[in-house]
Amino acid sequence: MRNFLIAAFVAAFLVGCQSTETQSPAPIEEPAPGSAAAGAAAGAAAGGATTSGATTAGVSGAATGGGLSPALKDPKNILSKRVIYFDYDSFVVKDEYRAQVEAHAKYLQTNRPANITLQGHTDERGSREYNIALGQKRADAVKQLMRVLGGTEVQIETVSFGKEKPKASGHDESSWAQNRRVEIIYVGE
Amino acid sequence: MPRLLRLARFLLPLVALALLAVAPARAQLDIDIIGGSGTLTPIAIVPFENENNWPLGITGIVGADLVRSGLFKLVDYAGVVPRPARAEDLRADDWRSRGADAVVVGSMRAQGEGRVEVRFALVDAVKMKQLAAMTYVVTPAQFRATAHKIADAIYEALTGDVGVFSTRIAYIAKQGPRYQLYVAEADGYNAQVVVTSNEPLLSPAWSPDGTRIAYVSLENKKPVVYVQSLETGRRQALANFRGSNSAPAWAPDSRRLAVTLTKDGGSQLFLINADGSGVQRLLASPGIDTEANFTPDGKSVLFTSDRGGTPQIYRLSLGSNAVERMTFEGGYNVSARATPDGKGFVFVRRDGGRFQLAIQDFATRQVQVLTSGPLDESPSVSPNSKLILYAAEQGGRGILAAVSSDGRVKQRLVAPATDVREPAWGPLPR
Repeated sequence: MRNFLIAAFVAAFLVGCQSTETQSPAPIEEPAPGSAAAGAAAGAAAGGATTSGATTAGVSGAATGGGLSPALKDPKNILSKRVIYFDYDSFVVKDEYRAQVEAHAKYLQTNRPANITLQGHTDERGSREYNIALGQKRADAVKQLMRVLGGTEVQIETVSFGKEKPKASGHDESSWAQNRRVEIIYVGE
Repeated sequence: MPRLLRLARFLLPLVALALLAVAPARAQLDIDIIGGSGTLTPIAIVPFENENNWPLGITGIVGADLVRSGLFKLVDYAGVVPRPARAEDLRADDWRSRGADAVVVGSMRAQGEGRVEVRFALVDAVKMKQLAAMTYVVTPAQFRATAHKIADAIYEALTGDVGVFSTRIAYIAKQGPRYQLYVAEADGYNAQVVVTSNEPLLSPAWSPDGTRIAYVSLENKKPVVYVQSLETGRRQALANFRGSNSAPAWAPDSRRLAVTLTKDGGSQLFLINADGSGVQRLLASPGIDTEANFTPDGKSVLFTSDRGGTPQIYRLSLGSNAVERMTFEGGYNVSARATPDGKGFVFVRRDGGRFQLAIQDFATRQVQVLTSGPLDESPSVSPNSKLILYAAEQGGRGILAAVSSDGRVKQRLVAPATDVREPAWGPLPR
């Protein structure tokens, strides 16, 4: 007998299993760059930034009192569009998303206290960690464009979920295409 | 049974596949040996004297360990009367006729206060020469650990390599929306939950001293690297900077880690002390640098970079800061893990659409493909460099699998109704 199956069954000594869900504070955290003070300072520094570009978005989306504008969730407003899709192995923000990216950039320009997270995602193919880096590169590409169009460094954090949070669960190109994306999330939403 | 058909494609004859209907609790792993070495060493393991005085024996576990290595087959001891318990009880004729190269005998004796003396001897059945012997005084709660130690001693005496039956493995199990980091014995038993989260967990990495596990959690809506003590269960965020924090890799001294941070732009390699202090940049590149992995001498770091246009494996020499490209074949070579013997590294390559494991020798640069894919990833090499544990997919579900570093022995580790991924082989116990 050269091959064996070891059916390894155990009277589950899982009594001792504890789940550690405690949150210990991070010992090392950079000061939150997106704090209201930082945002205000950045806004002041930007000085003469105008809102003229907001016409691209159709609606200026200017928020009052530091809160987020309802325009961000208005399905009729381009600001409610929050996902940018990418081609395979690509980090290029396609032209069709330009208006959308610009609208959010102008919103950030008009609302300096507002902060966003750009969350990069990939399809399921390849190494988990390398996909984290790929998703990051996509998020960074969107950030780059937003900075050119009016957002500031301090307002935009880029992070990546790699292939860990697919939107579509299939294993074909139509699912993969939905998973190669960057999501725009407003802090405090 | 489609499962069998899948196997039959690339496996040696399958003698028995007996998946029992009783589902073990939680993400307990069941291990199938699905391919073996060309020649198996025949070994007889005689039940120890008085062993059936205790409900959980020892020799059954020793035998299972040895068979699981893919290097041994068990020889039937039935008919040898009286049953031997000491090396001097053995008669060469009994074992020659049964074809055994080696025989294991032993005894167990209650010593009061719940302690048990366990003795064993390993004997060359042809020369009738004792190869190894040991006495342990343990409690029944330590029987499994003792059995693994005996199996390690036998494995080392017969193969010349260190046994890894006493080691532990870590892995991530996903059940529905729940992710759990588990630690289990190398044979899949005694799976214990280390941490539970409703967001993805990935990249577990054992500290080389075996006391802590670093991992990446997305629970804060971004990748953050944590280090958790296995003794106290306490954890701390090791790297929680602006941007993404991922790919922890311990230095051999357990005092520092390499991590991938994006805080200064791009995915770049940094060193950080195990308490989260002393962050320093390791390298600067215009593209992606990630998946660091220290060589066992601590003098260099293997990593994945797209600096040349496609993801390839590079080696950074920490003394000179020289960077050398290691892989050249194919457009996707990632996830390098140095083998503990210092001779080379295991990595994942893409061949067409298939992701496969391969091993490359530092000296000869020769590459050997070890698995056929299609979605093999996250390799982790055993401390004796003989086996590689990795994540694979079977029937749309994540499973763990193992392959020997010569590609001959193959195993699958399956947990019922659970996606299992991200295996990490723990160090040798101290």
